[in-house]
Amino acid sequence: MEINIEHVAHLARLGLSDEEKKTFSKQLGNILQYAENLNKLDISDISPTSHAILMENVMRDDKVEKCQDIESIMKNGPEIEENMFKVPRIME
Amino acid sequence: MSKHETIIGLEVHAQLKTSSKMFCGCANNFGDPPNTNICPVCTGQPGTLPVINKKAIELAIKTALATNCKINERSVFARKNYFYPDLPKDFQISQFDLPLAEHGFLEIEVDGNKKRIGITRIHLEEDAGKLVHKGADRIMGSDYSLADYNRAATPLMEIVSEPDIRTPEEAKAYMEKLAHLLEYIGVCDAKMEEGSLRCDANISIRPVGQKEFGTKTEIKNMNSFKAVMKALKAEELRHREVIDEGGTIIQETRFYSEETEKTKGMRTKEFSHDYRYFPEPDLVPIAPTKEWIEEIRKTVGELPDKKENRFIKDYGISETDAFFIVSNSKMATFLEETTKSYNNPKAIANWLVGEITACLKESKMTFDNIALSPNQLAEMLALIDNGVLSRKVAKEIVLPELLKGSNSIQGIIKEKGLTQISDEGELVSIAQDIIRNNPKQVEQFKSGKEAVLMFFVGQVMKATKGRANPDAVQKILKEALKK
Ligand SMILES: [Zn+2]
Repeated sequence: MEINIEHVAHLARLGLSDEEKKTFSKQLGNILQYAENLNKLDISDISPTSHAILMENVMRDDKVEKCQDIESIMKNGPEIEENMFKVPRIME
Repeated sequence: MSKHETIIGLEVHAQLKTSSKMFCGCANNFGDPPNTNICPVCTGQPGTLPVINKKAIELAIKTALATNCKINERSVFARKNYFYPDLPKDFQISQFDLPLAEHGFLEIEVDGNKKRIGITRIHLEEDAGKLVHKGADRIMGSDYSLADYNRAATPLMEIVSEPDIRTPEEAKAYMEKLAHLLEYIGVCDAKMEEGSLRCDANISIRPVGQKEFGTKTEIKNMNSFKAVMKALKAEELRHREVIDEGGTIIQETRFYSEETEKTKGMRTKEFSHDYRYFPEPDLVPIAPTKEWIEEIRKTVGELPDKKENRFIKDYGISETDAFFIVSNSKMATFLEETTKSYNNPKAIANWLVGEITACLKESKMTFDNIALSPNQLAEMLALIDNGVLSRKVAKEIVLPELLKGSNSIQGIIKEKGLTQISDEGELVSIAQDIIRNNPKQVEQFKSGKEAVLMFFVGQVMKATKGRANPDAVQKILKEALKK
């Protein structure tokens, strides 16, 4: 199974070396090949599975609970300005 | 010009009025200092798990019921994967192949013609954060940007219309109708200018009679109902011009500029629409029970169209006034509350549409936070009927005081000495004084210029500071002038 590794890497914003491209190409191809096996089965009367567990309607009440440690979150930003996360230029 | 028809479909995003965010307990508040309503869940810290806000589902179901949609027995959240600095998780939790509701419609009216616009689907998703661009007033040319995640993961409802809209006017009518409905049933503030309601439009044209759609473009950045119409008019014209000149329309996203009143394409290469949706593994499906839906149905209440008809039929209010009153849910409720203690809906409607609206406008206030209560209005109208207050005094003195927040009508009347002069003897003596002091006008009246009577009425009203009943004054003056 062929895969456009450069396209997939770009979608995930990963910079891959030529060596890595080769390795992952092969590995991802094998995974796709494996999934391809399913196409041989007749699944016309089976609806797609979205979840592996049989649970539904897990919800919370609409209550505000303020986070007590915003500081730790802010620390994850390499640069903070005006209490906002500084990000590089978006449009070149 | 070519014989083409225009095809428009609208994607509307509405911010839901919940207290907390879509999947965490952070406050869903507009205008707080940056990054004060964030937590590990909505900023996508590793190991955190989202939990669905029940209220958000209820508000979306409420909308589905109000727009005649079918609520799906089972709906699933999905991840939409893309990178952008306003999206801390690098994916947006949305819905894809199994939305909350489908197959509804909304009825609009343009130039007296009613038309049904289909609603393809309603689904829930999370909003993105906000970016502040530095070094320029927009993203283009800026040096860097700052991200505020207060809005990230707040609940957003997307309502997608069928491509049933044929003119920019219809698009505007649809937006206004939808906004009104959302505000009415209390799910969204629905203010386009503030971004609580947003709209993207898909537009294409095709030769009349052709079945296949032409190539469409997507228009973004329309920040008012009027802008929706203007942007679509501009884009419709551009499509026609390109096609008339033998060119082809390229499928792309275009931004509307309020300044130039034109749409402008953006380099589309940057946006790869390869979102790789897959079911959100951290959220289990939503399967609303019949009982739950029925419970929500009870909260929908009477929809605006129905209310308007009832006001016209049962209350005898004119179509224009009924439309005006119903277009503000608070005013409609106010009217109904007032009728409980004052049984003349038409008179109440007249005051709401006329004096009260004018007075609010003059003092730059809005009906949304009106200080006047339905009981006060009922009391004031009864005092006019009983002859205690003159209409003029009620309108010019009592009403403005009440709108400013005074809470006792009796207090205002006492303090300002406003009771209508009902003692006929007092009015007669005032009238006589005025007649005596204006011999010239008396002469004119007696020589047949009956219009001069209004001069005398005016003088009496002035002398009594409006505390006289104009009809009674006219009667008294006519008699006094005969002598
Ligand atoms: Zn949060």
